[in-house]
Amino acid sequence: MTTTEQAQTDLVTLEVDGQELTGRKGEMIIQVTDRAGIDIPRFCYHHKLSIAANCRMCLVDVEKAPKPLPACATPIAEGMKVFTESRRAMDAQHGVMEFLLINHPLDCPICDQGGECELQDLAMGYGRSVSRFTERKRVVKDENLGSLISTDMTRCIHCTRCVRFLEEIAGTAELGGMGRGENLEISTFMGRHIQSELSGNVIDLCPVGALTNKPFRFSARAWEMSARSSIGVHDCLGSNLYYHVRGGRIMRCVPDENEQINECWLSDRDRYSHFGFRAEDRVESPRIKVDGKWQDTDWDTALAEAGKALGSVRDASGGQSLGFLTSPRATTEDHLLVAALGRALGSENTDHRLRVSDFSHPLAGRARMDVTSDQWSKADAIFLVGSNIRHDQPLLGHRVRTAWRLNNARVMDLNPVAWKFHFDLAERLIVPPQNMVETLARVAAAALEIAGKSAPDGKLGALIENREPEPAASNAARNLRDAENAVIVLGDVALNHPQGAWLRSLAQVIADALDVALCVLPGPANSQGAWLAGNVPGEKGLDARAMLEEPRKGYVLFDLEPEFDCADPALAMKSLGNAEKVVAIASFAGRDLLEVADVLLPLASVPETDGSFVNLDNRRQWLKAAARPPENARPGWKILRMLGHGLGLEGFDFVNLNQVAGRFDEDQLSASQTEPMLTDLDDPVTGQSKTLWRIGDVPLYAGDNLVRRSAPLQESAHAEQSRIGMHPSDAERLGVTDADRLRVSQGGEAVELSVELDAGIPPGAVRVPMATCHSRVLGQAFAPIEVEGGQS
Amino acid sequence: MQATDSPVAGKAELLTDETRQYIDHWVGKFPEGLEGRRSAIIQALFSAQQDNGGWISQDLMDAVADYLKVPPVWVYEVATFYSMLETEPTGRHSISICTNISCMLCGSQKIVDHVESKLGIKTGQSTEDGRVFLKQEEECLAACTGAPMMIVDGHYHENLTPEKVDEILDKLE
Repeated sequence: MTTTEQAQTDLVTLEVDGQELTGRKGEMIIQVTDRAGIDIPRFCYHHKLSIAANCRMCLVDVEKAPKPLPACATPIAEGMKVFTESRRAMDAQHGVMEFLLINHPLDCPICDQGGECELQDLAMGYGRSVSRFTERKRVVKDENLGSLISTDMTRCIHCTRCVRFLEEIAGTAELGGMGRGENLEISTFMGRHIQSELSGNVIDLCPVGALTNKPFRFSARAWEMSARSSIGVHDCLGSNLYYHVRGGRIMRCVPDENEQINECWLSDRDRYSHFGFRAEDRVESPRIKVDGKWQDTDWDTALAEAGKALGSVRDASGGQSLGFLTSPRATTEDHLLVAALGRALGSENTDHRLRVSDFSHPLAGRARMDVTSDQWSKADAIFLVGSNIRHDQPLLGHRVRTAWRLNNARVMDLNPVAWKFHFDLAERLIVPPQNMVETLARVAAAALEIAGKSAPDGKLGALIENREPEPAASNAARNLRDAENAVIVLGDVALNHPQGAWLRSLAQVIADALDVALCVLPGPANSQGAWLAGNVPGEKGLDARAMLEEPRKGYVLFDLEPEFDCADPALAMKSLGNAEKVVAIASFAGRDLLEVADVLLPLASVPETDGSFVNLDNRRQWLKAAARPPENARPGWKILRMLGHGLGLEGFDFVNLNQVAGRFDEDQLSASQTEPMLTDLDDPVTGQSKTLWRIGDVPLYAGDNLVRRSAPLQESAHAEQSRIGMHPSDAERLGVTDADRLRVSQGGEAVELSVELDAGIPPGAVRVPMATCHSRVLGQAFAPIEVEGGQS
Repeated sequence: MQATDSPVAGKAELLTDETRQYIDHWVGKFPEGLEGRRSAIIQALFSAQQDNGGWISQDLMDAVADYLKVPPVWVYEVATFYSMLETEPTGRHSISICTNISCMLCGSQKIVDHVESKLGIKTGQSTEDGRVFLKQEEECLAACTGAPMMIVDGHYHENLTPEKVDEILDKLE
């Protein structure tokens, strides 16, 4: 750490256009002038990327320098005098612009970038009105980079921002400069699709129209759209973004800057998910099922029907025979009202933790953040427990990568799959799901041994004490101890694991023993808001799993698809199918929802509605309705108000959202959280050698009903999830080879899928992801699974 | 399918043992780590090209990337940048005629014309029988004192005359 005194001696004073500025030693001229608001034109410089200095647009005049110098690559010096608008600087910039335009096509009228193009803007200021170039312009063949990015490489000016982004930030290094001189082309060379989960950012980075948004192509002009500030709703981070809207329709999505959350990036999932609103199975009007047939109806009839359904179940069997399941993607206010509706009807069975299967931890699904997520970039050791962080929260994955890249952080993981990360791992503990608790106990044992502390009481202590720390576990513990800013991260797999409470408690033991920060990520989307809004079961209430295991007579489903969003789709479909009444408030109605529901109330879901989301760092962020929902769809809070009001319940007489929003106790956001240490849990399941377990992680583009319907995302390579991943040794034991068809079954239901041999999957488990159309009939994500069809 | 499932995984097998040893030798000369391995790309490609009869296929570029454990794009960039690395099939013998200033002043254009008409190909092409490859364009090869000059299979031939060129070309098999 530099002290204040040292920091002061590091300051450099220089003069830019007669104005005295100070900067830190080693900073470039452009960094200082950007801070001071002095405009220097540039194409290749970007404050988050390495300095390339290859566009030469930022040439400035520096006193005593024999020629103009690039502001982006010239370090400041004491007493330096810089002139950004002198004759020499302007001549240089005009000259560079003329060269840049030599090969740039004059196709602005048909270019998507037209109107928001850095080259166009700067050409207005620095370009000549008439070209002196009479030779032939070069033409570059376009490449197909996949379903998200459109290319017009003839327009490229070789700033290499996209190349540097994919190499430095995304970590995939998929584009490069091929050839040289006039023949230089930015390309993948092999014609491969770009695979990075952050690929869309190259569209924003591209200063010209070479890389543009493919699904948005030719559909609107920049000046026809209005920008609506909003946030990303597909992970617990809540990236800040803008929807660009025309005529009530979201045309595209671009990031907003927020250094604490998403910096200036956006994941492809947040950027392209809104195309899902164009799906055909949007619920556009209220519908009721009469004699097994769906009929469109008006709101009054549908609400009366829904009220009657809930009222009759309550009157006949009591309020506790109702169950309320809410998608975590609902707004905090919707969660608050669903919980209130349940309580008012006499039911405490309300829950949003649909994919969780172990509820024995009282804070299951609720975040615990010892350090805020933006601090991860500065960590020097990170231990990921049950987390495919790169896919589950792409921009948190970027934070981990930043720590590794800029801080040499030692990253370690304990996972059921050796996921391909964009950082190196100092230690990997890849074990099948049934061995995760045991393995984490080994790390805990090692941590206690290193710290010279004794194990906690009860079964937890007994579990730890009986473990011999193996070398990998000891190394992991030692790396955490040796670090100054170590973080343990518990991700989605740990949350959805059948012994999630064990994993959380063991992580707590390790964090306490080594005095390191523990960050338990909340579930998907607005899970944290749901928790704080009280959409969790009350004392006598049943959690999401129990509600389905002990079937209720009536259910209210809020914007979810039971076959994809529940921890045990087979069980969910069975219990919902057997229920007397199911009221679904839904934006989309897939086949399975239509089968089990009795009333469908069309929902205007985020981002078509106002409301707030609470992110993992307890930041409450507001969403304003960005798009116009179908004519008959209503925001959740209005539907719930009408439903509550119609049933004559108390607390549903509000008239606007602010009244609901005010019920949310904001003090919770800053309140410190006491984490109970559970010492007596049910015995952990340990792997029996012969039982294969399923690894049912949620794929990148399968998390919720909107991303599942986004055509551009579903056309990308990440959406292909139709195979059974299996370790070669298990395959050999079962007598199967790559691409063989196998039947996998859970609870009697089976699907036939082809096998993909993958050494990244540990022996003893097969990967059959959740939330895919293939696995919708199967059971729990992390549980035994039967495999048949091999030769033995 | 994982995002960074390397499309080149396993391709290192395509390299010969000699090439591997040669690459190892060069890797040893640079600092350890990714950037050090990146530095060895030129020599790795050079060796792979020699083994493959004078050009580098896309598979071989991938093989080099896999062997050095560097992003394949880095290898493609190098392979397409340097004029001594060929990415298309070429004839068995490689001829580079310098056309830079000293050679030009001493009549290199006459030499190029002569070779082109003798072999019936233009620069950048190979003869149909696959015997000779005439490099597209060659800049100064640092033998100005012997201008005009050319390189045949790595050997310098200086003070060229059409007769001398005939003699050299006729010896090529």
